[in-house]
Amino acid sequence: MTVTTLTHAQTWVDACPADALLRERGAAVLLPDGTQAALFRLFDGSLYAVGNIDPFTGAAVMSRGIVGDRGGEPTVASPMLKQVFSLRTGACLDAQGVRLPTYTVRERDTRIEIAARPDGEVT
Amino acid sequence: MRQLVVIGNGMVGHRLVEAVRDRDTEGTWAITVLGEESRPAYDRVALSSYFDGATEADLRMPDLVTDDRIRLRLGESATSIDRAERTVTTSTGDRVGYDALVLATGSSPFVPPVPGHDLPGCHVYRTIDDLEAITATAEFARTGVVIGGGLLGLEAANALRLLGLEAHVVEMAPWLMPRQVDEGGGAVLGRLIDDTGVVVHSGAALSGIEADADGHAVRVRLGEDEAIDTDIVVFSVGVRPRDELARQSGLDLGPRGGVAIDTACRTSDPHIYAVGECASADGMVYGLIAPGNAMAEVVADRLLDGRAAFTGSDTSTKLKLLGIDVASFGDALGAGENTLDVVVNDAPGKRYAKLVISDDARTLLGGILVGDASAYASLRPLVGRELPGDPLALISPSGDGAAIGVDALPDDAQICSCNAVTKAQINHAIEGGACDIAALKGCTKAGTSCGSCVPMLKTLLSQAGVEQSSALCEHFTHSRAELVQIITATGIATFSDLIARHGTGRGCDICKPAVASILASLGGGHILEGEQAALQDTNDHFLANIQRNGTYSVVPRIPGGEITPDKLIVIGEVARDFNLYTKITGGQRIDLFGARVEQLPEIWRRLVDAGFESGHAYGKSLRTVKSCVGSTWCRYGVQDSVGLAVELELRYRGLRAPHKIKAGVSGCARECAEARGKDIGVIATENGWNLYVGGNGGFTPRHAQLIASDVDHDTLIRYIDRFMMFYIRTADRLQRTAPWIEAMDGGLDHLREVVVEDSLGIARELEADMARHVSAYADEWRGVLEDPDKLARFVSFTNAPGTPDPTIRFEVERDQPVPAGPVTLGMPALPTHAEV
Ligand code: SRM
Ligand SMILES: Cc1cc2nc3c(=O)[nH]c(=O)nc-3n(C[C@H](O)[C@H](O)[C@H](O)COP(=O)(O)OP(=O)(O)OC[C@H]3O[C@@H](n4cnc5c(N)ncnc54)[C@H](O)[C@@H]3O)c2cc1C
Ligand code: SF4
Ligand code: FES
Repeated sequence: MTVTTLTHAQTWVDACPADALLRERGAAVLLPDGTQAALFRLFDGSLYAVGNIDPFTGAAVMSRGIVGDRGGEPTVASPMLKQVFSLRTGACLDAQGVRLPTYTVRERDTRIEIAARPDGEVT
Repeated sequence: MRQLVVIGNGMVGHRLVEAVRDRDTEGTWAITVLGEESRPAYDRVALSSYFDGATEADLRMPDLVTDDRIRLRLGESATSIDRAERTVTTSTGDRVGYDALVLATGSSPFVPPVPGHDLPGCHVYRTIDDLEAITATAEFARTGVVIGGGLLGLEAANALRLLGLEAHVVEMAPWLMPRQVDEGGGAVLGRLIDDTGVVVHSGAALSGIEADADGHAVRVRLGEDEAIDTDIVVFSVGVRPRDELARQSGLDLGPRGGVAIDTACRTSDPHIYAVGECASADGMVYGLIAPGNAMAEVVADRLLDGRAAFTGSDTSTKLKLLGIDVASFGDALGAGENTLDVVVNDAPGKRYAKLVISDDARTLLGGILVGDASAYASLRPLVGRELPGDPLALISPSGDGAAIGVDALPDDAQICSCNAVTKAQINHAIEGGACDIAALKGCTKAGTSCGSCVPMLKTLLSQAGVEQSSALCEHFTHSRAELVQIITATGIATFSDLIARHGTGRGCDICKPAVASILASLGGGHILEGEQAALQDTNDHFLANIQRNGTYSVVPRIPGGEITPDKLIVIGEVARDFNLYTKITGGQRIDLFGARVEQLPEIWRRLVDAGFESGHAYGKSLRTVKSCVGSTWCRYGVQDSVGLAVELELRYRGLRAPHKIKAGVSGCARECAEARGKDIGVIATENGWNLYVGGNGGFTPRHAQLIASDVDHDTLIRYIDRFMMFYIRTADRLQRTAPWIEAMDGGLDHLREVVVEDSLGIARELEADMARHVSAYADEWRGVLEDPDKLARFVSFTNAPGTPDPTIRFEVERDQPVPAGPVTLGMPALPTHAEV
């Protein structure tokens, strides 16, 4: 895996070629610190990434959930016990106070890159 | 920006910061949190799950989004407050200025000052540090004594038990949990606890703790002359609010300690608030999380100029302790004047129930349930209300307490106590158009916490005459059967097309797999072809069943349960080479567990090469056709049941259906294949076969019922074809054959007419559909192995395709690999064992 460091201290991880990600389906990405993110491309081409660990079971499976929407909010459902999470905020829509970390994703040239640390994490 | 300082990063302090952040959309407050513990806030309510294997990370509250507006200073406590200067001094000597200050310092366990209370080996039970210390001491210990038989004491006793110790509980009162239950309930509880192996010493006063030569606690003395030899002592006799900062700075305190607050949760200094267990509201210090959270919401609202008020909180509790139900609600102990009790004390049944009612026997005031708390959800909202009927009937073992009509409840009764939602609010939401549970949850929050009120929400919906909608989900107003008709009639072949023309939004985990299954039943090709791949749930997507640690199981088809020794050996070799846990299933075949996603293709290549194919254990499709040996071997057999079972399994393999379908064939009426426990059951007769349909085991077992007798082989197959296809066309999503037949107009008779007499004139069509399926069948696993695009999806990580998922670990149990670590199924960071 390739790790690129940019000037403003955001570390980007090369996830995959842009065309490798199926629409409406996720993929797991291994991050440099050994944690994992679940990366999704939606029907309209937009990209999202959240933590890959399902907080309800501890299994690293969020990337294998079904994406969709709830009232227009883009979502992924845990494949384990089916709780639904917002892809934008990581918040669980079926249980108060449960949240997945979210990661910034970008598409550069023909590659998809993901931030090495979750959004808002103190460094 | 205004400065908010929060002292304490416990559960309530955490909730407060979240609540302020949620409301302060303009960013008017900068927040500094001082936390004495070195870890960020964690779920103290679920603390005991640490001994069930939960880790600190599991207990962690959702992280605060820390940015320039929030500073979390952990391991740094507040040491004094200068109210005139409006500053807080911290343990590092730093001074932090505030515009508003919130005390969220919680409480500390009380340790009775008996001789020896501070010896090594003596512990309290409040923080993760405490649990770590207990675990360390327990390593060399055999016996542990918990002082205090309240709610927390019993949790601590269970913890000791889980650490492998012989656990004792010492309670000064004559029975356990004296603050929640009365003597009768306590007696039943004591017996139930006894059964778990925890030794209860009630009515026993602790007089001291003795040490051995090394100064280590070794003996707990009770009264004058009783003693328990022990290695570890845990105090759990109550807590004291941590009001020392308030005391030093001259704030008013409550009569029983705690920082006195008004309904705005403000202390006697208008710039200082207090919340949670350190606060005393109207003289009352609450030791539960729900009131603390309510206070946090009030303060957040007030900080943003709102007018919310804290006016007390329900202290009803229901919990499962050591597997035992205990609930107490309202004035459970009959503290009010002139109350009457109605008691059912079923000592042999180990069940105790008491209702406290007013002296005119009309109003329910409170109650206690021990051993069986199923009536809690329906009784608790009745507190303070007129009883709907004979109180004894509500709690008698034969009466169904849980079924008291919600119609008996007045409008302002709380239906959801977790979220304080009344019956009127729910009815209002229903009138406003909420037509199912999900909608009610969304607009009222009822049912979103512990879930115990959901049955009542359902009742309210149906009482309001809301037809429980047959809509599949928020994206389709149609039922599954209607979608089948639309798809057949229009020839629509993709989900995108279907949702664009007949639905709304982008779909979800309910409609996508349902539509995928319909498309597959109607002959849509490989289930991972094109857009279909994105519709499948994880089992279908990886053609394997997901297991609790994120690995998958592999089930090759073994038609009729018949297998050659050579094939048996291949399965054994594959399992051995990939180190898979192996088990004979209940369906007469073999399941290999613990395969990582990237191993599935290699495993299946070996199996396919040896002549195996997918067993579709993952799909809503035909599972197995169970057989008995029949006339080939059995001295009673009258037909070749194995032969027929193999034929049926090969005919219907891979057929996607609304739910799984199981079948069985027995060679005579002795029924060794349990065919009548299957969706399709065939039993041999002297003259042919009897066909039974609509049986299942599972959640609601049903026996299959006869629809045709003594039919020959070809007729039998025709009938089964028709039956299956009719089911696939008209059943609801996840409706097995039995409930489908029950819900059918005309029931079994109608079904028999359709299948046997062709009363709808569709028999040819149904048979043709099945013929198409049979000829188009191809092994799904072979399809994957032959297609590089599909194969490419079987990777652990897109950026490290062959690196095994590091979270997957195994240990060995009975000589086979099993997932390592605890089963962590449940709610993270939320109370799991108590509803308040
Ligand atoms: C492996 C097996 C248990 C075993 O160790 O023997 C098993 C395991 C599972 N069963 Fe089962 N059931 C197994 C035989 C049964 C049986 C017995 C039988 O078939 O004779 C029953 C009761 C009979 C029946 O279904 O009528 C049974 C009733 C269920 C049910 C309840 C169905 C119901 O209508 O109430 C479920 C849940 C569901 O399907 O929604 C279920 C679901 C499951 C799932 C698929 C749950 C899941 O999604 O993870 C399990 C995973 C299988 C896997 O990972 O491979 N399993 N399950 C059996 C596999 C049989 C096979 O070879 O395919
Ligand atoms: C084992 C156990 C089981 C429980 N089970 C239940 C249950 O089933 N249901 C239920 O409703 N409740 C239960 N509770 C009670 C519940 O956990 C408490 O009501 C809740 O944690 C109170 O939150 P709090 O924020 O007020 O206090 P706490 O969670 O105790 O947090 C206070 C924090 O402030 C810190 N602090 C104190 N003084 C200072 C200072 N000067 N400077 C900086 N930091 C300071 C403390 O170190 C602590 O971290 C249980 C408690 C325990 C221990
Ligand atoms: S059902 Fe009849 S034929 Fe089959 S094994 Fe049992 S006794 Fe023998
Ligand atoms: S009572 Fe409604 S969710 Fe707990």
